Amino acid sequence: MQTDTNRQMTAAERADAPVVDNGINIEALLDARQALTAAPEAAQFTWRATCQWQDGAHSRSTVHGFYGLGAEHRHRERFTIEADHPEVFAAEDKGSTPAEIVLAALASCLTAGVAAVAQHRSIQLRSVEAVVEGEMDLAGILGIDSEVRNGFSAIRVFFTIDADASPDEKRALIAQSQKRSAVFDVITNPTNVHATLV
Amino acid sequence: MRRVTTVIIGAGHSGLAFSHCLSDRSIDHVVLERGEVANAWRTERWDALRLLTPNWLSRLPGDEYRGRDPHGFMTKTEIIDRLDRYAQRSLAPVEIQKEVRSVVHDQLGYRVRTQDEEIQCRSLVVASGACNLANVPSIAADLPRQIESVTPLQYKRPSDLPEGGVLVVGASATGLQLAREIQASGRQVTLSVGEHIRAPRRYRGRDIKWWMDAIGLLDVRADEVDDLQRARRSPSLQLTGSADGDPLDLNRFAADGGEIVGRFSGLRGRHAMFSGSLAHHCAASDLKMNRLLDAIDAWVSAQGFGDFCPPPERFPPTRLPASPRLSIDLASDEVRSVLWATGYQPEYPWLHLPVFDRKGRLRHEAGIVAPGLYAMSLPFMRRRKSTLIDGAGPDAGELVEHLVTSLERRAA
Repeated sequence: MQTDTNRQMTAAERADAPVVDNGINIEALLDARQALTAAPEAAQFTWRATCQWQDGAHSRSTVHGFYGLGAEHRHRERFTIEADHPEVFAAEDKGSTPAEIVLAALASCLTAGVAAVAQHRSIQLRSVEAVVEGEMDLAGILGIDSEVRNGFSAIRVFFTIDADASPDEKRALIAQSQKRSAVFDVITNPTNVHATLV
Repeated sequence: MRRVTTVIIGAGHSGLAFSHCLSDRSIDHVVLERGEVANAWRTERWDALRLLTPNWLSRLPGDEYRGRDPHGFMTKTEIIDRLDRYAQRSLAPVEIQKEVRSVVHDQLGYRVRTQDEEIQCRSLVVASGACNLANVPSIAADLPRQIESVTPLQYKRPSDLPEGGVLVVGASATGLQLAREIQASGRQVTLSVGEHIRAPRRYRGRDIKWWMDAIGLLDVRADEVDDLQRARRSPSLQLTGSADGDPLDLNRFAADGGEIVGRFSGLRGRHAMFSGSLAHHCAASDLKMNRLLDAIDAWVSAQGFGDFCPPPERFPPTRLPASPRLSIDLASDEVRSVLWATGYQPEYPWLHLPVFDRKGRLRHEAGIVAPGLYAMSLPFMRRRKSTLIDGAGPDAGELVEHLVTSLERRAA
């Protein structure tokens, strides 16, 4: 059961307040949602990244094209992401570790979600900061202890939000953002991964 | 071939309520029932089930609760008795043991075929319930063979389950109630928790449903909510029919020795995998509960009732295990059965009409499916309480008005 009466009342009270602008085009998002409900095949997307080994642990990934809305698309430019290992791993530290990129991806996804949900709920944001920590026992990836997993044993996200909203309203932004986050889902649920030689 | 103006399929509370409203307007009709009155209550509910709404709030058209325990919660047997008496008192034209095999279009309106006859009707009411099937994820078929898979429609009592641990998947009213009763029976229960809504049974001296009724939440209409599809998918409140005020929540379940894990996210080899989203789902649920309590408090203040009831109260947040388990080895002997409390859905294999969406759900506008074709008691069909016994009266009343108007228009 939805228990959002409170939220609706607050939104009504805010009707006279100045226009909220978090830089999110909520009308376009709602229109897209409606269009994709009517045409479910257009909602099928494929995201891609291409990674070139540079040297040692250093690699460079690029993202450019993706498929969706029934056609191929391109980002405005070719984006690159450098990955490497730090010097304590005897590497050259030319980029963040892949595991840190995962943490950054989670933070970016949740932060974008907070902005979108805040816009939808007519909450003006002034600043949003997410600090993410991932706990990892290297005994896993180094093969020291087979009972220790390679990945994070726990991830914590700490949000600081400056906005015209009560603490519970801010918590609700974080909750709704997790509910609709692709990366949160990717991290919290298993995904079948197939790696093959082409 | 028989001809009647209206055929109602199903003699549960919603079919009987509709019948009562049709009789009030002198519309000739029959109520076809595959088994007996209140069939699902007799055959598809667990023994200890009680209604989630207090007795006084289980009103049917022309039938207020007049018993001695208005604040109690009906047992399964009491519900069956109540509906039996209601059918008799309203002289509902129920024909039992009539299984509907097909419904097709007909020049008059619809043609209904049962196991032994055909009936032509101008209007048809699908009151066959919203919980005909238990939702079971397809991966249930891949469970190791030694693990028994059970749905709440089959489950009657803990002793029916094999000895040993039980994994209950789903923590809404059904899942949490069953997890608690199975844990109390001495079996170790692991409860897989996804999206859920926590609510106290009693708040500020009253039953939570009393408050929801008083502040108008139960009467919110389908066209008044922001996102109707979401409202229709919304899980049931974590409540149980118990007047002692004992909350049905995850803290209580954990105190009884139950273990909570995240949403069931699949099988990997012999391991059941659980999502790492437990903290999120519990935090979201606590926020939703507090929004409901905020709404009640705001209403109390606005009405000036603050002096007449106990002060506002907030409950401790849901306590999480330090590190909730992310998988269980199903090949170990830890779990012997899985109970899928993952929701229900209606089923209409006999309805041979183009009235379904791409996911096989009945398309309807506030219960109006097609000219002369009506549904009843679907989630948030016309108002929030459409699935409650108390919602059948207002829904049936309005749909009967629509039905009568359409008949008159066609006659003119």
